[in-house]
Amino acid sequence: MTDKTPALRLENIVKTFPGVRALDGVSFEVLPGEVHALMGENGAGKSTLMKVLGGIHQPNEGRILVGEEPVVMANPLDAKAKGIVFIHQELSLAEELTVAENIYLGELPRKSFGRVDWKTLHARTDEILAQLKVGFDARTVVGTLSIANQQMVEIARALTVDAKAVIFDEPTASLTDAEKVVLFEVIEDLKRQGVGIIYISHRMEEIFRITDRISVLRDGQYRGTLVTAETDEDEVTQLMIGRSLDLSRNESHAELGDVAVEVRGLSCGDLYRDVSFEIRRGEVVGFYGLVGAGRTEIAETLFGLREPSFGQILLDGEEVRLHSPADAIARGISLVPEDRKGQGLVLGMNCRDNMTLPQVDDLKAGPFVAEGAEVAIFDQYRDRLDIRTPGWRQLVGNLSGGNQQKIVIGKWLSMHPTLLIVDEPTRGIDVGSKSEIHKLVRDLAAQGYAVMVISSEMPEVLHVSDRIVAMYHGELIRSFTSDEVTEDNLIQAISGIRPDEKAA
Amino acid sequence: MAPGQLSTFLKRGAIWGFIVLELIFFSIAGEFMSLSEKAFMNWDNMLLLLKQSAPLGIIAMGMTLIMVNGNIDLSVGATFALAAIVLLDSMTWPFMAAMGDWAIPFAWMFALLTGVALGAINGFIVWKTGVDAFIVTLGAMLGFRGLVFMYNGEQPTSHLNWTLVDFAEAQFLGLHTATWFLLLVTAAMWWLMNRTVHGRNAYAIGDNREAAVNAGIRVGPHIMINFMIIGFLAALSAVVFYSESGSVNPNDGTLYELWVITAVVLGGTKLTGGSGSIISTFGGVLAIQILRKGLGHIGADTETVNLVIGLILIAVLFLDRQLNVRGKEALRV
Repeated sequence: MTDKTPALRLENIVKTFPGVRALDGVSFEVLPGEVHALMGENGAGKSTLMKVLGGIHQPNEGRILVGEEPVVMANPLDAKAKGIVFIHQELSLAEELTVAENIYLGELPRKSFGRVDWKTLHARTDEILAQLKVGFDARTVVGTLSIANQQMVEIARALTVDAKAVIFDEPTASLTDAEKVVLFEVIEDLKRQGVGIIYISHRMEEIFRITDRISVLRDGQYRGTLVTAETDEDEVTQLMIGRSLDLSRNESHAELGDVAVEVRGLSCGDLYRDVSFEIRRGEVVGFYGLVGAGRTEIAETLFGLREPSFGQILLDGEEVRLHSPADAIARGISLVPEDRKGQGLVLGMNCRDNMTLPQVDDLKAGPFVAEGAEVAIFDQYRDRLDIRTPGWRQLVGNLSGGNQQKIVIGKWLSMHPTLLIVDEPTRGIDVGSKSEIHKLVRDLAAQGYAVMVISSEMPEVLHVSDRIVAMYHGELIRSFTSDEVTEDNLIQAISGIRPDEKAA
Repeated sequence: MAPGQLSTFLKRGAIWGFIVLELIFFSIAGEFMSLSEKAFMNWDNMLLLLKQSAPLGIIAMGMTLIMVNGNIDLSVGATFALAAIVLLDSMTWPFMAAMGDWAIPFAWMFALLTGVALGAINGFIVWKTGVDAFIVTLGAMLGFRGLVFMYNGEQPTSHLNWTLVDFAEAQFLGLHTATWFLLLVTAAMWWLMNRTVHGRNAYAIGDNREAAVNAGIRVGPHIMINFMIIGFLAALSAVVFYSESGSVNPNDGTLYELWVITAVVLGGTKLTGGSGSIISTFGGVLAIQILRKGLGHIGADTETVNLVIGLILIAVLFLDRQLNVRGKEALRV
């Protein structure tokens, strides 16, 4: 079976929006039983391509073939009817309904008088769930399931139609490592059944683990297809950004100042226990661990969002009690949150107003907001952080992820903080902007800020941190200097293995 | 017990616990404060309470459907009044009057069709323009009320048909006609929402509209049907009520929408849609009616009744929020 007919083929797709050529003659195919990665920076055209495939946008040129038959996807239902199924990053489930109702949403089996045929519904659903070997049944209410299991419900939905191709869009974004393993098994299963799989992700590690081929888009153009087994991360990255990404270990030994923040025996319910650490001025401390290890919760405590049950927080040697973010901000603590769009920015507001949001009260001229002062602050930090935007009037929602992140960082820098907490600084940011953000974090430390970086990406933690704190299930397992740390001992630490236990 | 079941149980059961508390309170308080000799928990008094619950209750069943669907209908009070006018006035039309008592089913039909048509107008506008149902029905509330006044100016519309009055005042198996209508509507709507594809789709659309659209549910027509159902029920409510009273004032039914929404929310239906139950709405309707009647029983005036119900509504929503966020370790904001 060397010359298989592709399960799905896109030929020379062109899609233009007013003023933009979003897709410029892109071709792409996925064979039956193949996992084909689609990669590219944000804005490279991946999502536009998938919207064309899903019937949300109509291409200006080019054609789509399912098997050997050219098709027109006029709307999302067409795609589904042709056997093209999407597993979206943001789950699209009705949480109050049962698993069965969600899987057969829009196609509930009927009896007379428009009644639901519950028996058939539950029997069919349980059959599909059995294939997926999941631990819940048709009658479970979706809202009570974990994110990973909700994703299984989406996948189960894909199995109700005779799927030719399944598109996974960043499926692991909110999964734990154990849950990822289950997902990968399901993908293997689909593969064996001869389904073609398009896998969209930024995570190289996963791409190299499960895909057969990798196709890369850049600036709306097709840049080539690589066979996964014959390439490496460098080659893919170069194809994606046109140069290679520096993720070498941090070797710098910065001049450290005084202790800016000290945390002693801090606990908060079951979220984390007896955590102690300090961060000096000029130092970047990376917090590494699995999702749920308690890192974000510590950051939220330092930012006054959570009340600790025990322990002390000392700022410049003085104990403080932080009851609200307003307290924390007044004490010089800033948080760049993980959920940038949800918690860090007002997307419908312009760049300038977002940047001056926390201090607009201090910028008043009489009863009015001093717009001139606001613009001055914006200009200053736009230049300092190299924020690329046509001007301060631009709505933040229209900026790229990297520039949005810089606006959030600029917002806090303009408040002259002591401690800057950055939670997952490069989540959802494309590779090119990633290195800029990394450099920015290093620069800030060099300028004397104390920086706490929370990240789930090991190369990132190793790249930016002077010291790395490993956490596991709410406990601080070990603190490494950049000289001590290796990938092995770091992985052991975040799995809960302490150095002394290993020796014993 | 699976996680989440206890809180679901608490929420489902809360309204009934509240009703029991009300009954106990008014029974005891009634002993000391009531002007009347009769006990609050008197059988006839309870039957009357059910009957008096019917006008709001019948509409509340439709409102549950609308709110579960993620919409709201503020025009039910005006629809109620307009349907009442059609009911009473149509019986005086010459060709109808000539039919004698045969005019009654036709008058009912005209009134109910009026309700369905008004609902269809709301639903069609929501469907085709995509304007929020709150705004559309706010406009309809004013517009339909305008029609009510155009019909007969400030004058009440009256027509007494004694056959109809006898029917409305009849008791079957001990329950009044109006009570039977309330129970039948409750049962029918329960069946619709829990057993039919249309009902389950209503939950799905309210819960996650995008998911419903992507699943191929035709959301627009679905919403329009629901507005026709609530229009029908608002008219049915008028039919049941005015068959007995025989006279409608142009301001009748004003603020009904708010009472109905209060009852539905007390019953635990989420304002954002996706969750709610017909049986709990029935509880919410009873709870409000007991409160109104009970406060009257112990000698409180109307203003006090409104104040108390307002406070209770806010307390209920606050408790509901507390119950919902506790498991999630809510962040302080």
